[in-house]
Amino acid sequence: MSIDMSQFHQVFFEECFEGLEAMESGLLSLDLGDIDSEVINTIFRAAHSIKGGSGTFGFTVVAGYTHIMETLLDEMRDGRRQVTKPAVDVLLGSVDCLRDMLTSIQNEEDIDMESAAKHQDALEIELTGAAGGHGVQESESTPLDVVELDSYLEEEPEEEALEEQGWKIAFCPYLNLLHTGNDPVRLFRQLSELGELTSTVNIQDIPPFAELEPEECNISWELKLVSNATEAEVRDVFSFVEDDCALEFTPLAKPKKVKKVAKPKPVTVVEEIQVETVTEEAIHVVLPVVKKPVVEADASKNAPKASSSIRVDTDKIDTLINMVGEVVITQSMLGLIGENFSMDKVGQLKRGLAQLERHTRDLQQSVMNIRMLPISFVFSRFPRLVHDISTQLGKKITLKLVGENTEVDKAVVELINDPLVHLIRNSLDHGIEMPAIRVAAGKSEMGTIELRAYHRGGHIVIEIVDDGGGLDKNRLLAKAIEKGLVEENVILSDKQIFELIFLPGFSTAEKLTDISGRGVGMDVVRRNIQSLGGNIDIIAELGKGTTIAIHLPLTLAILDGQSVAVGNETYIVPLVSIIESINITEKMLNKVAGKGETFKLRNEYLPIIRMREIFNVQSGTATKSNEGVIVVVEGQGALCGFLVDELLGQQQVVIKSLEANYRRVEGVSGATILGDGSVALILDVPGLVRLSVR
Amino acid sequence: MSHENEKSAVEDIARTKKSDTTIIQYLSFVLGKEEYAVDILRVQEIRSWEPVSRVPNVPIYEKGVVNLRGAIVPIIDLRERFSLSKAEYTPLTVVVVLQTGSGNHTCIMGVVVDSVSDVISVERVEIQGAPDFGTKVSNEFINGLVSVNERMVMLLDVDKLLTLETLGNPEN
Repeated sequence: MSIDMSQFHQVFFEECFEGLEAMESGLLSLDLGDIDSEVINTIFRAAHSIKGGSGTFGFTVVAGYTHIMETLLDEMRDGRRQVTKPAVDVLLGSVDCLRDMLTSIQNEEDIDMESAAKHQDALEIELTGAAGGHGVQESESTPLDVVELDSYLEEEPEEEALEEQGWKIAFCPYLNLLHTGNDPVRLFRQLSELGELTSTVNIQDIPPFAELEPEECNISWELKLVSNATEAEVRDVFSFVEDDCALEFTPLAKPKKVKKVAKPKPVTVVEEIQVETVTEEAIHVVLPVVKKPVVEADASKNAPKASSSIRVDTDKIDTLINMVGEVVITQSMLGLIGENFSMDKVGQLKRGLAQLERHTRDLQQSVMNIRMLPISFVFSRFPRLVHDISTQLGKKITLKLVGENTEVDKAVVELINDPLVHLIRNSLDHGIEMPAIRVAAGKSEMGTIELRAYHRGGHIVIEIVDDGGGLDKNRLLAKAIEKGLVEENVILSDKQIFELIFLPGFSTAEKLTDISGRGVGMDVVRRNIQSLGGNIDIIAELGKGTTIAIHLPLTLAILDGQSVAVGNETYIVPLVSIIESINITEKMLNKVAGKGETFKLRNEYLPIIRMREIFNVQSGTATKSNEGVIVVVEGQGALCGFLVDELLGQQQVVIKSLEANYRRVEGVSGATILGDGSVALILDVPGLVRLSVR
Repeated sequence: MSHENEKSAVEDIARTKKSDTTIIQYLSFVLGKEEYAVDILRVQEIRSWEPVSRVPNVPIYEKGVVNLRGAIVPIIDLRERFSLSKAEYTPLTVVVVLQTGSGNHTCIMGVVVDSVSDVISVERVEIQGAPDFGTKVSNEFINGLVSVNERMVMLLDVDKLLTLETLGNPEN
C-alpha cells in the first residue's frame, strides 16, 4: 500500500519554514553563556520536527543535516556544551542552509550540495570541537564527542578488511526504539535467516548507571551479514523500525570503500545516499558524497514557487460561520415577509433589510479578515538581518519591534518585505553611526532602530525610526545640484529636500558598500510602495535620527471610493487620494497660455484636468466650462483638480482586475461592479496626472 | 483536460463516420453579408447585447467592459474590427463570449455579431487556406475558408483575434 505523500508536501514545507523561523528567533534571543533551557527546548523541538518530517517524506539529506544540528542543540540543552557565539552563528548559518535546501526541494530543484556541505562541515567542527578556526573554544571536550570519534575510528579498519559478499549494517536505534514495541533481538533473528550474521555491540553511549533510563535504548550495533540477499531484502527486515533508528547499509564486497572526511573524494554511492537515514557516525561517511558537486541550479534559484495557501485562525473561521448563519436566518425571515406581503408589513420589511445590510457588511469584514495576517510575518525576519549586518559593520544596534500584531492584507505582507529590507539596511548602514562616533556625539554607544506598525484611519502605518545621524539637508541639496537633479538657487522646502533621496541615481554615500550606496533602491522602494497604493515620507533631523513612515492601504481587495459622474459614465476616485471637493465658480478659473487651466485653491494655483476631455466622453449634455465639481486630488506628491460633472456618493468597492481578461488602460487602475450590476472604472490618480501632462 | 477529452470525443465521432478525416465543429455567425465561424470549443456562451461601460482612450472597436457574473469582460465589435459598416445595437444583437489561451491563462472576451446562424461540421480536408490579398485585406485572423451550402464561411482563429485585441495599442 502506498500513500501519495506529495499531497502533504505543502503542509510539510509550511511547517518547516515556521519551524525555521522559530529556530531563528530562538537563536537570536539566546543569551550567550547563560542557557535558558526553555529557549533551547523550543529550538530543539523545531529542529526535531523538521528532522522527523523530512525523514518521513524521504528528504534524507535534510533529515541528516538536521540531525547534526539536533545533536549540537541536545548537548546545549543538557548543559554539556556552552552556548558560544560561534556556535550560535554556525546554527544560524545552518538555519539558512536548511531553508535553502527546503526551498530547493519545494521547487523541485537540486540542492546546492556544496554550500550544504560547507555548513555541515562547520557544524561538524563545532560539534566535535576539533577545529581551531573559532576563537572561543570550549574548555572541556564532551564525553559524547570522544565516543563519536572513537567509534568512527574503529569503523575504518573494519571497512577495509571486508571482502565477502553481503552487507554491513550500522544499526543505531534512537532512544525511543523500545517504546514502540520493537525488539532488536527479533530483528537479528530474522536477519540470521538470510545468512551468516555477526554482530558487534557498541556500548559506549550507555550513560553512567545513575542516569540510565532502562526504557531507553542506548546501544548500537555493527552487523555483518554474509549473504547474497539483495539490499531490499535486508531492508525489509528493518521496515518496522525504520523511523526509530538510523540505518546504514554498505555492501561488503564493494571495491571502493567510503573514505573518511579528511579525504573528500567523489564516491560511487549515490544510490545509497537516497536510502540512508543518517546518524552521527554515518554522517562522517556520507559527507564526501554530499561534497560531490551537483548540477548548479543558480539560474532558476531566484524563481521560488509562489505559495498561494493561507493559514487562518480557527476563531476567524468560526466568526465567519456565525455570520453566515445570521445571514441565512435574515434571508428566511425576509422570505416569509415576501410570501404574503401586505402593506402593513413594510416596517418589518425595512427592519429585515436593515438587518441584512448589517450582516452583509459584517460578513464582508469577516471574509476580509481571513486575508489579514499580523505584520510580524514580515517583522520577524528583521532581528536576524540587524544581527547579521550590525556584526558585519561593527556597529552596536538593537532593534525594537512595536505593534507586531497589527494585521494587514496578505498581499501587502508579501509585497512590503523587500522595500522594508531595503530601508532597514539603509538605516543600518547610513543611519546608525559607528560606536566611537556615537559616543563622541554624546549618544549611547548602542544605536536603536525601532520598527513600528499601527493602524490609522483605513491605513496601516509602518515607521522605521533610527537614532542615527539623520540626513544632512545641505549635503543632500549640494549632491542633487552636483548631479544636475536640481537647478542651483532653487528654494526647496525641507520636505522637498528629503524627497530628493527618492530620485533615481541619488546617493550621498561616499563609498559603496555591499549593503547600500549605489543610489539604486530608494526610487524602487518608493515605486513599490506606490504600486501598493501607499506613500512614503521621510522626516530627519541632523544628528538626531531619521524617521521613515510608510502609509499603506489595509487591503488591496476593497477600496473606499467616491463615485463621480462624467457624462453618462460613472468613475470611482479612491477616497484616500481626495483632499476635498469644491463647486467650481467662474472667477476661480484661470487660463495659462490660453490652454492650460488652473484654479485657485486658497493660496495655491492648481492645474485642472477635465475628465470629459481626457477620457473623451461625448455622452450626456456637455456642461459649460464653468459648471461642475472640482475634486482636488493628490497624485505623485502634487495636487491637482479633476473636473467632473457631479459627485454621486461614497461607497466601498471591490476591486476587480481589468487586466485579467483585457489589458492595462492608462489612467485606470481597475474596475468594480456597482449596485446595479454595471461596471465602473476606478481612476488611477497618479496615472491620470501623467496622462494629462502629455 | 476536458478540452482534450471533448476533442477526442469529436474525433471518435469522426472516426465512426469516415475513417481518415477529422470533423471539427464551428459556430457560424453573420456580420453584414459575410459569414464567419469560430471553433465551437472556444465558445463559452451566447448572450444578448447589453450596454457596456466605456473604456477611455482605446480603439473604437473595443466597445467597453461588462460584468459577466463578477468578471470584467471586454466587448469587441467585430463589424468595426473588420471595418464593416456600423450597425445599430438592438436587443437582438448577439454577443458571443469566447475563451482564449490555455492552462491558467485563459481569457474571456465578448464579440458583438449581427446574429448567430448555425453550428457547422467541417472535415479538415474541406478547409481551404486563406487567400492572400496582399496588404489590401488583412487576413491575419482567418484560418481558412469552407463552403457550406454554396456559401463561403471564413474560419476565424480565436487566439490570434483575441491576442491582437489584447495587445493593440490605444489610439491617442
